[in-house]
This record gives sequence, C-alpha cells and structure tokens, in this order.
Amino acid sequence: MILETTLDDRPEGSDGADQMGHFVTGELDLSHGVALYLEDITVSFDGFKALNNLNLAIDAGELRCIIGPNGAGKTTMMDVITGKTRPDSGKAYFGQTIDLTRLTEPEIAHVGIGRKFQKPTIFEQHTVFENLELAMKTDKRVWKSLMAWLAGDERDKIAETLRLIRLDKEADRPAGLLSHGQKQWLEIGMLLMQEPKLLLLDEPVAGMTDDETMRTAELFVSLAGKHSLVVVEHDMAFVEKLGGLVTVLHEGSVLAEGDLATVQNDQRVIEVYLGR
Amino acid sequence: MRKPLTLRILSALDTKSWLALGVFLALALLVVPVLHLNFPEDSAFHVSTYAITLIGKIMCYALVAVAMDLIWGYGGILSLGHGLFFALGGYAFGMYLMRQIGRDGSYGADLPDFMVFLDWKELPWFWLGSDSFGWASFLVLAVPAVVAFVFGYFAFRSRIKGVYFSIITQALTYAAMLLFFRNETGFGGNNGFTDFKRVLGYSITSPETRLVLFGLTAVMLAATLVFAAWLVKSKFGRVLTAIRDAESRVMFIGYNPLWYKLTIWVISAVLCGIAGALYVPQVGIINPSEMSPGNSIEIAIWVAVGGRGTLIGPIIGAFVVNLAKSWFTVSFPEYWLFFLGLLFIVVTLMLPQGLVGLWKKLMAKKEGAAA
Repeated sequence: MILETTLDDRPEGSDGADQMGHFVTGELDLSHGVALYLEDITVSFDGFKALNNLNLAIDAGELRCIIGPNGAGKTTMMDVITGKTRPDSGKAYFGQTIDLTRLTEPEIAHVGIGRKFQKPTIFEQHTVFENLELAMKTDKRVWKSLMAWLAGDERDKIAETLRLIRLDKEADRPAGLLSHGQKQWLEIGMLLMQEPKLLLLDEPVAGMTDDETMRTAELFVSLAGKHSLVVVEHDMAFVEKLGGLVTVLHEGSVLAEGDLATVQNDQRVIEVYLGR
Repeated sequence: MRKPLTLRILSALDTKSWLALGVFLALALLVVPVLHLNFPEDSAFHVSTYAITLIGKIMCYALVAVAMDLIWGYGGILSLGHGLFFALGGYAFGMYLMRQIGRDGSYGADLPDFMVFLDWKELPWFWLGSDSFGWASFLVLAVPAVVAFVFGYFAFRSRIKGVYFSIITQALTYAAMLLFFRNETGFGGNNGFTDFKRVLGYSITSPETRLVLFGLTAVMLAATLVFAAWLVKSKFGRVLTAIRDAESRVMFIGYNPLWYKLTIWVISAVLCGIAGALYVPQVGIINPSEMSPGNSIEIAIWVAVGGRGTLIGPIIGAFVVNLAKSWFTVSFPEYWLFFLGLLFIVVTLMLPQGLVGLWKKLMAKKEGAAA
C-alpha cells in the first residue's frame, strides 16, 4: 500500500508554510510511510465520549474505508483531523511532523488535507467554474485574492478537473442548480483542485445513482497511490468496489480492522450492526 | 496574461453603467451649479439651496448604504452599528470645523465655545492638531478604521455571527452615544458641534462652498461605486460571497475567513467615516444622536428597500427612503416611524430582493410576455 515514490517527488515544504506566510506550519514528512496517525484520541461532549481512545494509522497512498453504526464517532473523527474539534487528549499527526491539534482549519487545508462533508457543501450562488477556481491551490491571503487574475495554465487545470468530474458542460451554471449527485462530484472536484495529500470523504456517494456510485468508486481507486483517502460510507457495495482495508468504529473506538470479508465475518461487528 | 489594474477597474462596470455614471457626474458638477448660480430664485429652473443640501445629505447616506451593502449584502454580516462609523468620521472632521471658527464664537475665545462654557483653560490632548485640515482628514479615515479593526478582530476571531453580531454592534453604537453625551468626553456633549463658520478659510454657507461640497460628495459616491464594483468582481469578492453562503467550506479549502471579513469590515467603516465627514459641513451639525441605535437600523432599511447584494440598490434605497422621509416629516411628522416600520415589513415579506429585485422580476415578466 505504500507508494512513497509518488509522494516524495516534490521538494519538501514547497506548499503550506510559504503560501500562508504568517502561518507556522511544519513540513509534510511521509518518509516513514504514514500519512495520518491518531493515537488515543478522546473527545467528550458533556460527558458523552464521542471518541474514546481512538487509534488509527493511514499509510501514504492508502485507500481506507471507515464504517460503523450511527454515533460511532466517524464525523467527530473527521472534525478532529480537520481542526474543527479539539481532542481532550491524544495525538493527531499528519506525516511525521505536523501536529494537527495545533493548527486551525485553513492551516490544515494548506498542509494538504481536503474534506468532503456529508451534505454536499458547495457555493450555490457561484458557477461551477468559480467553485473550482476558489478551491484551487494557490496563495489564499486577502491581498493576493484582491489582485488575483486567472492565468492560462490555471484555466487549463480547472478545465481538466471539470472533465474529470464530468461537469464541463455545466461550467457556467450556478452550482445550486446541479443535481444532488452532481453537487457531490463538484465537491470532490473542489477537493482535487486543492491538490491535497489526504482526502477525507464523508459519505461521498449518498444520494447518487448506482451508475454514479460506481463511477465514483473508479475515480477514488484511481486517486489512491497519489493521494491517501479516508472514506466514510454505509453503502457496502461501494466499499467492496473500493477494495482496501476497512476499519469499523463503534462507540468512539476501533472495533475491527481488515479487509471487507474479514470484517463482515467478525462476530463483534455482526453484533454491533444487528443490535443487542 | 496579467491585466493591468487600470484595465481591470475599467472592466468593473459595463459600458452602460459608465455612461450612467458620467451623466450623474455631469449633472452634479455642471448642471446643478449652473442652475443654482445663474437663475434667480423665482425661476422654474433654479435649484434651491434647500434642494442642494437635501440631495447632498442623501448622497452621503447613499455612500453609507453602499458601505453597508458590502458588509451585509456581499459579506452576509448585518451590522446595526454603522451609524457609529459615520458619526466618528463626522466628529473627526467636525473638530476641524470647530477650530476654523477661531474667535468668531459667542465668547470670542480661542477655545471652542463649549469648552469655554465648561471653564476649560486649554485644549484636551486629543484636540491637538485639530486645526490642521490634513490631520483632520487623516483622522476621518483612521479613527473608524482603528475602531472597526479592533472590534472586528475580536468579534470575528471569536466567530460571533448572525444576530449576535448585530446585537453587539447595536450595543457598541449605543455605548458610544452615551459616552459622547457626556460633556467631560470633550466633544460638546449632547449639543455636539455646530455653528460652523468656515472650511479651509472659505465661508461654509456661501453658495460656492456648498456647490464644492456637493460636487465632492457626488465624486466620492461615484468613486465608491466603481471601487465597490471592482471589489465584488475580484476574487476577493467571490471569496466574500462564498463565506456568506458556506463559511465552513471556505475554511476547509484553506481561506481564513477572519481576514476577509475584517478587510471588508474596515473598508466599510472607512467609507462610512468619509460619508460622515462630507455630511457634517453640508448639514452644519453633528451630535451624539447620529449614534442612536435607530439611525443604524435605518441604514439597514435603506439597503433592504433598495436591494442588497446589488450595488445600485442601496443607492436607490437611500434616495427613496430619505425623500419619503423629508416629505413625511413635513406633512405627517407623527406617522413617519410607523411608515418606516411598515416599509421594512413589506419589503422583508414581499420583496426580499428589494426594489432592484422587483424591477428585475418585472423585466423578466415583460420579456416572457414578449417571447
């Protein structure tokens, strides 16, 4: 699962730190093959432990599925990784050096983590093209945005992503007019424009047709290797299509880990899903 | 290919809008002065001093409305304290106008009358340099900017949003009003500043001075409109509306909303300060009532009536509401506030896009009927 060559071909520190300037961010170091490392993460809301000593390690280039019943802590885990929620205790590292618990949401986006929400979150008033333009990896400080002007290669990049997410014919339509599945694709396209190292995808195929779901699976499989992907999903056909390791969360910690068949035959997993 | 900035500013408005802007400036800078100075008062073509003062005043309000629209219509942040920034600009320039009175005040003293009345022997430290036009102009920009920056930084950093933000801005302007009501604060207490005589040595009541102030206000309004159009068409503007529509998405693609909100907030406050500074010499008075919560709410109503999220809307709104106000307060003074409230309710319920939205709807209908 480790594909270091594709990840290490950039000079270190070429992104994140110098783009945000005033932000102090470390350099992404994937030399040990681990992209994301969570250790003993605990988050409680008014005494309820949403995450309870959660441990998780995602390899560079890996495609990992996270499943689990409602309230297992999947979304809270994503909140912790992206800086929306601070853990009460535990460590969260991106690569070897970047401590995610010390960074804000925009800083985490800049070091290379992209997130797709459960409900498609796009800019409905902006056109599809503008949605991708805003997401594009670039200097995102105020002054640069005031003076920004799209260069030719940037337009090409947007056009390329538009084709990939099959929205090239919709480029100039307001994003709010897209179908639900198209919105999901647009949000995935926005993630790709950020050129993240790690993609967090919360129920990316919810509301998609079977055909769209299968195409999404193909897209994700093609992205693995170059990117690490963490996919939270309930759709087992989709999970099966993705292959890769499956982690089962339950009551805020890892219940089982392995390939889909192993996990599905695990007695504890069956109990959790079928109820007690 | 990078386009030079001048070209980008030119492309901020379309040809029709540039033309309309040219006509507006020609009217304000040529036609009105000629009609005012060259026709006797009983002529049908004469533009009266009353009309010039009224229109000049409303243009200042229109400037405030555009500033409000930038933060509310495009940024999605409803401020109910913009009257504060307007008043701060007005007070900053009012200090200079007070010093220009010189010894022509009722007490014939070097100090402004209200200080003599309070038995003060010398100017407080914050009045130092207030006799300089340059320093006063600097304060007009700097004071609203600093107040807005400090307040905005803490409010936006704490992620205060929506109605909570509106209420805090309302409290801010109210607190400032109470502060300025006190004589000890050093800004003339509840009387504020008035009885101005001169600006830059010229009599403030002479027709020429009035026309220059009127023209300056028109130029400032036009320049603000162009600047705002450029701003909202830039990528900055797109990020701003994106923050309005889906702030968390903006954060997760790597923009820090704090600095974007703070930038537009400070720009908006400075524009209000400029409007206040242009307002005071034309109207001839500034007092703490400008900071009353009601005034700030009225600003929001202008924008809502005209149509927020469009640049021409707030200007139309400011004119419509204020012309109605000057008619109402003469004909049915006791009903004005009821009418204003009614107007706000009707607009909110029936015309969420304001007058501009209504116009667009009518045009679309007409086109639909023609097709």
